[in-house]
Amino acid sequence: MQKIEAVIQPSKLDAVKDALVEIGINGMTIFEARGHGRQKGHTEVYRGREYSVDLLPKVKLELVVADEMVDRAVQAIITSARTGTIGDGKIFISKIDEAIRIRNDERGEIAL
Amino acid sequence: MRVAVVKVFLGLLLTMFVAGPLLSGQLAEAQTASQTDRIAALEKQAAANKDAIAAAQTSGDNAWMLVSSALVLMMSGPGLALFYGGLVRKKNVLGTMMQTFAMMAVITVLWAVVLYSLAFGDGNAFIGGFHNIFLRGVGLTPDVYAPTIPSQTFMVYQLMFAIITPALISGAFAERMKFSAMLAFMVLWSLFIYGPMAHMVWGKGGLLNAAMGGRIPCLDFAGGTVVHVTSGVSALVTAIYLGKRLGYPKEPMPPHSVVLSFIGACLLWVGWFGFNAGSALAAGTLATSAFVATHFGAAAAAIGWSGAEWIRQGKVSALGAISGAVAGLVAITPAAGFVTPISAIWIGLIAGVFCYLMVVKVKALFGYDDSLDAFGVHGAGGTLGAVLTGFFANSTINPIFGAGKATGLFEGNGHQVLNQIIGVALAWSISIVGTLIILFVVDKTLGLRVSEDEERDGLDLSQHGEEGYDWAH
Repeated sequence: MQKIEAVIQPSKLDAVKDALVEIGINGMTIFEARGHGRQKGHTEVYRGREYSVDLLPKVKLELVVADEMVDRAVQAIITSARTGTIGDGKIFISKIDEAIRIRNDERGEIAL
Repeated sequence: MRVAVVKVFLGLLLTMFVAGPLLSGQLAEAQTASQTDRIAALEKQAAANKDAIAAAQTSGDNAWMLVSSALVLMMSGPGLALFYGGLVRKKNVLGTMMQTFAMMAVITVLWAVVLYSLAFGDGNAFIGGFHNIFLRGVGLTPDVYAPTIPSQTFMVYQLMFAIITPALISGAFAERMKFSAMLAFMVLWSLFIYGPMAHMVWGKGGLLNAAMGGRIPCLDFAGGTVVHVTSGVSALVTAIYLGKRLGYPKEPMPPHSVVLSFIGACLLWVGWFGFNAGSALAAGTLATSAFVATHFGAAAAAIGWSGAEWIRQGKVSALGAISGAVAGLVAITPAAGFVTPISAIWIGLIAGVFCYLMVVKVKALFGYDDSLDAFGVHGAGGTLGAVLTGFFANSTINPIFGAGKATGLFEGNGHQVLNQIIGVALAWSISIVGTLIILFVVDKTLGLRVSEDEERDGLDLSQHGEEGYDWAH
């Protein structure tokens, strides 16, 4: 099992969700987040005063999938979340030792 | 047969010759009698109509003035509260809105008790007296201020101006003044600055009252001097006296919701029709003229500010557009009942660019923290509008100095510009000196500013024990 964390543009959330559901991934957790990568935000001007906004609104997805699903899931996210411009986000993958379904104590991949 | 016909014909002729005059004489007599009756009846009806017309005019004027009063209150209630509320950080949204709302309650009672009397009661050239305290003598019959509406309508209409004027100042000291100090300051300010200024410009025998023969006739249709210059200049004095907000200008303090400000500004624009067109004090042609000028001035100023912004920053911001509209509304206020629609557009355009420069350049140059630009928009826009009124005022719109007599400079009355400048200078002086004294007194008794911790927590929590946005629930 592996955990995929993807930070994406908020406007791409629906497309990413649809793409994941299409390849059979139904479980996911979504966070509204703020952050920046190398591009460091933008400038806003209110009555002539400039404010640099370096923490931009983002959406973070977390999903835990079976090992053989990882590549397909990552590919689905990349394809559906890409706009080609700065700020498209990042994907992080890490190993998961155990998954437990609270309702019936199921463990391992079956619990996903 | 033929003889009979001739006889009848002759008979008819005879009848016509003899009876005709007789008959017509009778008819004429009868007609004369009925004509007299009819004229008498018409005259009677006209007399009755006169009362009916007067009554209709009174009810028409009164209806408009009551609506105008409500419109002006709408400028404070939702209008200014939303406009200012959106411009502060979210921890201060309720505190800022409360500063306006508190005026709606406190100044209303103060007005009834003594302020109306000080502003509009009999007195000297500078201030009214105590004849009308507790609204004594302010009943349902018209008085000298407006011949076709009940004096209570006039009184309540003017009250709405007295509410919004101090509320405008709160934009300068937003996010850092104690609620208690704010209340004390506003009450004293209304008594010692608003009351005298309103009396001088609009009151019976006032020094600057152009309509009632003041010694220095100053044109101020709807309160450029009384409302905007006094509040704007006092705002600047207060901002400087109080000092900057913690972290200003290093810490970013952008508006927390331009959406709220946007709605507020649009409500201000609508309400301003009551403010300016209502100042005709009747539902007549002058009200129309002021209504049109108001609208054109606001629109042109929105374009003026936005244009300046577009050139300097490459983008037109929503906040810029609405700020420009408000600046135009401010500048057209003294001129509204004196200028043509095209003059209104000129005043608006000039005001839009001028106030933009005041807010963006001049404030940065001097470094004072006029949080929401009460001075940059109201003080600067009001001063500019009052002076421009002296240029653009036109006797065809409002023959205030007598039919055909030149009113403004472009009509040949250059002296009026001087009068306007004197009026404005007086308003500046009274506002500066008066506000400093009041601030000093309140500072030494109650203290003006919240503590640093309270300022960091925000006025919502520290002054009112609540929050505008409770994200947890």
